[in-house]
Amino acid sequence: MGLHDDGPGETGALSSDGDLAALALKILVAGGFGVGKTTLVGAVSEIRPLRTEELLSEAGELVDDTGGVERKTTTTVAMDFGRITIRSGLSLYLFGTPGQDRFWFLWDELSQGALGAVVLADTRRLEDCFPAVDYFEHRRIPFVVAVNCFADARRYGANEVSRALDLEQGTPVVLCDARDRDSGKEVLIRLVEYAGRVHTARLLDSVGPQAGSV
Amino acid sequence: MDGRWYDADAGPLVRPYAMTGGRTKPGPHGVRFDLIALVAVDPGGGAVGDEGLLGPEHRALLGLCRSETQSVAELAAEADLPVGVVRVLLGDLLEAGQVKVSRPVPPARLPELRILREVIEGLRAL
Repeated sequence: MGLHDDGPGETGALSSDGDLAALALKILVAGGFGVGKTTLVGAVSEIRPLRTEELLSEAGELVDDTGGVERKTTTTVAMDFGRITIRSGLSLYLFGTPGQDRFWFLWDELSQGALGAVVLADTRRLEDCFPAVDYFEHRRIPFVVAVNCFADARRYGANEVSRALDLEQGTPVVLCDARDRDSGKEVLIRLVEYAGRVHTARLLDSVGPQAGSV
Repeated sequence: MDGRWYDADAGPLVRPYAMTGGRTKPGPHGVRFDLIALVAVDPGGGAVGDEGLLGPEHRALLGLCRSETQSVAELAAEADLPVGVVRVLLGDLLEAGQVKVSRPVPPARLPELRILREVIEGLRAL
């Protein structure tokens, strides 16, 4: 009875997807420092890239127990993000991942439930994107490598980059200009297409006659 | 360092977790809201009078949700509060029946292909 008596099982707890029909999908943009992550997010986002901050202890851990808060020095790590509304009730959020390695644990949270990732690469310092490639390969998160073609960098073909990064077969490599909206859109389209293929393949694997039990 | 801190160096005037009464985790629900969990005002939420129980930061978040459904990340950015603080405050609002929070798609059940197709077409049309 009373104000909250508006349906079975719904007493202010988390609503089901049906209750709040809006759906949000998450795409991560990773890569080395200064490779153009925020530029890419800004180029395709319909909003000016926003910035969220997480508080961290000096040890680089999320502050999540009251015990140490008053004693530990805290620092903040910023994440830039943007949004693309596909239609009312369906939007895409793009998160630029923090560049520094000591914030890996934030990636774990960010990649939870992510549709996929874009690993931005600069051919002048390809090694900067190795950690991101490793990270997503190990966690089986679908990703594409987008080579941000800086004007003064030598041009390499997608195949060359793919070989240099020793990518798993099928991982798309796209040449792009992170400043350009259409180019950024193309990168995202390739990613979503690829994520769809990966998910379908896994689904078929899991129902296949030879599928081992998990 | 000469031991004197001014302006931004001195940190916020109110320590962030003071707004949550020192709590760093949301209440009994114990749910860690995802950055893209969507927050909407609960139309069946309590009367305006109930809001008196909430702090100014709670009310600021509620105001932001009122204009449109927002993600946790957007709320944090617009309220200029750390995400961790926003999570605790949202937990309070959820318990008070003031907001509804969507679960993001669970990782094991990524969106249907129909949705992915819609996203691709939507991106092409941008």
